[in-house]
Amino acid sequence: MTTDLKTTPLYNACCQAGGRMVDFHGWLLPVQFQSIIAEHKAVRENAGMFDVSHMGQIWVEGKDAYPFVQYITCNNIKQTPAAGTYTHMLTPQGTIIDDMIAFCLNAEKFLIVVNAACRQEDFEWMKTQSARFNVTVTDASDQYGMIALQGPHALEKLEVLLPGISALPRFHIQAVELFGEPGYVTRTGYTGEDGAEIMLSPTGIVKLWEALLQAGVTPCGLGARDVLRLEAGYLLNGQDADQTRTPYEAACGWVVKLSKEDFIGKPALEKQKAQGLAQKLTAFELKGAGVPRHGCKIFYEGKEVGFVTSGTFSPLFKGIAVGYAQAGLTPGAQVEIEIHGRRIPAVVTKTPFYKNRV
Amino acid sequence: MHNEENCRFAKTHEWAHMEGDIATVGISNHAQEEISDIVFVDLPKVGQQVTAGQNCCVIESVKSASEIYAPVSGEVMEVNTALTNDPGLVNREPHAGGWLFKVKMTAPAEYEALMDLSAYKATIQK
Repeated sequence: MTTDLKTTPLYNACCQAGGRMVDFHGWLLPVQFQSIIAEHKAVRENAGMFDVSHMGQIWVEGKDAYPFVQYITCNNIKQTPAAGTYTHMLTPQGTIIDDMIAFCLNAEKFLIVVNAACRQEDFEWMKTQSARFNVTVTDASDQYGMIALQGPHALEKLEVLLPGISALPRFHIQAVELFGEPGYVTRTGYTGEDGAEIMLSPTGIVKLWEALLQAGVTPCGLGARDVLRLEAGYLLNGQDADQTRTPYEAACGWVVKLSKEDFIGKPALEKQKAQGLAQKLTAFELKGAGVPRHGCKIFYEGKEVGFVTSGTFSPLFKGIAVGYAQAGLTPGAQVEIEIHGRRIPAVVTKTPFYKNRV
Repeated sequence: MHNEENCRFAKTHEWAHMEGDIATVGISNHAQEEISDIVFVDLPKVGQQVTAGQNCCVIESVKSASEIYAPVSGEVMEVNTALTNDPGLVNREPHAGGWLFKVKMTAPAEYEALMDLSAYKATIQK
């Protein structure tokens, strides 16, 4: 094993639980424990947990914290204490640097949770943009381990350790003390199920993992996480979106609030909205046998119109994919996806593929 | 009947079991563990010519597609149609019900050149 791969505080715990560790953007993380299908089922029907300690936590603090977060991202950020907002941070060209959730602790303190692969770049970008604001931007990522506890029975499991936590509303944050360590719980996730994400010190997070294992929570890996998030219609930044795609192209127009006074990328998005899109992220359900994968070509009326960015086998829906295709394909449109040299029929569909109570 | 003991193995993790000039082909227990969660097997066609060392079949798991290489050359005589409805058989019984296809061998010497179980096990313990 090369030594330049980073490990999370839960590395040993994941190995002990039988995790198959792989390189994920420079982090050694479990792709699966027993079986992706079994882990998927645990999250859809019961409770599963993921080591997401590689994700980044960035604090924005100071008098201008709210106007600053509003300026660097395109959604309208809630400034009610404890409320979180899913948003995108854009380049001046309106393309996506990263997607993230900004939690308001108070008007002068926001916690921004970002993707692992982008956390350094996100932090540098925020630092640079903060120069003309009265804020301090701090990367606290290494102070926290993080577990995503997901599934219809996830909250009950956490309730045993944190009585009353089930009252936390969806997309909200609460400061907690667990095993004598301070941390945060957010009612969020990346699976389409109810659940929570818990940020705790590196030692605290190991105790939480052990406690949840004892409580019968299934350890789950990146493989199941990818199937679950794709079924739920969630974007994977770096794969379904990057700095060549705008939120409109990534089918996340709802995240863009042009009514906001000003934000980085706004003029570019206004222009694109007026001009219309050439390509848009579109969802597909395969009608023949096979598994669509990243890079598979998409054909419409015999013409190549795009390619798959994320595809998988879903235990619930069989072959599913999202990819960039010519804008304007509507649900029900018949297309073909080329898999191992054969064109397999598929149909344009709405997202999410999977819709649950959350 | 084929089992792990009476098969020979390619370094690419396929097994072959010879009866007369017919070889039954599958993937090893180690390979099915590595691939895991098999959801689709794109089998070769009956009548298709396969060549030792060349890919002839794709096994799809949830997380990846794996090329399967023919351990011996010849004509495909039969494919395991049970895998169409139950691809997970390859995970559950890689050496029995989860076989992939049968080949009428054109060069039986290729079979003799494959590894026995202990030689194969030595390669995967590295």
